[in-house]
Amino acid sequence: MDIIIAEKVNKKFQLKQGQNINNNGVASNQIEVLSGFDLKIKKGEFLVLVGPSGSGKSVFLDLVGGLSNPTSGVVYLDDKPVVAPSSKTAYVFQQYALFPWRTALSNIEFGLESRGVLKEERIKIARELLSLFGLSDFEDRFPYQLSGGMQQRVAIARALATKPEVLLMDEPFAALDAQTREILQNELIRIWEGTQTTVIFVTHSIDEAVFLADRVAVVTARLGKIKEIIEIDLPRPRNAELRSSNEFAANRHKVWGALKAEVNKAQQVWKLAPVFT
Amino acid sequence: MSEELVVPAGVVQKARTIDFSRYNNRIAPLLEGLNTWSRGIPLVLAFFALWEALPRLGIIDMLFLPPFSTTVQTLFDLIVSGKLLLHVIVSLQRSAIGFGLAFLIAVPFGFLMGWYSKFERYTDLLVQSLRNVSTFALLPIFLLLFGLGEPSKIAIIFYGASWQLLMNTISGVKSVDPIYIKAAKSMGTSDWDLFRKVILPASIPSIAIGARLGAKISLMVVIAAEMIGAKSGLGFFIQNAQFNFMVPEMYAGILALAILGLMVNYLLVWVEKKTTYWKGEIGSSLLG
Repeated sequence: MDIIIAEKVNKKFQLKQGQNINNNGVASNQIEVLSGFDLKIKKGEFLVLVGPSGSGKSVFLDLVGGLSNPTSGVVYLDDKPVVAPSSKTAYVFQQYALFPWRTALSNIEFGLESRGVLKEERIKIARELLSLFGLSDFEDRFPYQLSGGMQQRVAIARALATKPEVLLMDEPFAALDAQTREILQNELIRIWEGTQTTVIFVTHSIDEAVFLADRVAVVTARLGKIKEIIEIDLPRPRNAELRSSNEFAANRHKVWGALKAEVNKAQQVWKLAPVFT
Repeated sequence: MSEELVVPAGVVQKARTIDFSRYNNRIAPLLEGLNTWSRGIPLVLAFFALWEALPRLGIIDMLFLPPFSTTVQTLFDLIVSGKLLLHVIVSLQRSAIGFGLAFLIAVPFGFLMGWYSKFERYTDLLVQSLRNVSTFALLPIFLLLFGLGEPSKIAIIFYGASWQLLMNTISGVKSVDPIYIKAAKSMGTSDWDLFRKVILPASIPSIAIGARLGAKISLMVVIAAEMIGAKSGLGFFIQNAQFNFMVPEMYAGILALAILGLMVNYLLVWVEKKTTYWKGEIGSSLLG
């Protein structure tokens, strides 16, 4: 069953006054990011989006999360068009986006507050999640007192607190160092394998994509649409040893093969792109 | 993420810091604060010494500048006799009321201007025009409009203190990191909760600075206002001493003013720290 269906989605952004871009010789003050974007995501699957910078991956997440609306086309979530943020989705950002004036515990409570969950229940849920991420001793710490990896764990816990059906993760581990990144990938996969949550995960790392995904969707260079969807035929549960296996390398090769042309294309576009201020 | 303080080449950091870690957590920051503060003492003492020496050596006429010791003695007498206290209380009261009103009006107004760009477009020109007129230049107008009584003084303090509060609230709201707003919206937060739980706390540090500057201004303005038309207050006291050629009293009043300003400033710095407890100081991350 498909939980998310994107049909012929187009997304244009209006540039600021005085800004123009040159598109095949035609000057325009709009920038088109997604064009004819079709994608079906199965309930409970871990789907990873890879693609060159500026290909509109994050824009697609915003559409699913209801933070912006498509210029044309529809994104369905559980067969209903998404028009506003829904309690069925939750977001994890690259910059963690924890509220610095709230403790770890109270950050996790945030989404539950909007849903009218009582204080006692909120604290219970938040504590369970903190212990799931091994952060029980840090519930009273403010974000500035936590390392990047810990902050992102809290941010994931905050997103999971509302028991979302779809978890949107926008390059969540990109700002972390390589070791922390692998540890968090392992933790995420361990926790996800115990839930029914659908995950849409954006990354630039092919290793990360292959390690986490059921399917990897490759997005084309600008005027983003899905170029190819690659099934990752690696067994679950997955663990760290998998990374050095031959199967892993084979999958990695497949994804890179699909992505390489797009990355090159994007490089060309950037080289030719007029500088806009 | 590790945050290291980068020391520019050529700058040698002073290593003469005392280790307070053997004291407990509550006392250590207090001692450290005192330690930083105490470094300023020598220069202040030198200033007082100069103040004492110049009249005593006859370089400045003692009639126009009584020595520091005489001034302190006068101030002490004034405090003990209770003559000064009334004036101090009156001045503080006036500036507190004016500042309080400014806070109650300028901060909400700042939120409106910062959040609704349409509202700002309509109001900005008037605000910018008014705020660039010196408060002191407007003193006569306030006297004409509100008379010689309390209202004119409160009004002028309100006017003077409002602008910093307004400007800092606006910039506080505008500089809220959009990622917090996006995060909150993605969790289905209502507009009211977005304001209450995100915009408001995120702009508090900026508002706190505005409040500190505003309070400083209200202390300055109250003195000026009392010099023009008042029968009480520290400004009146200083002015009155001057008119009656009570020079030591005049200097004592000014000294009292300096002490008062210092105290208010420290109080507000403390308030600022309390309201932004979650910010942490540079380099205070417990985990690298």
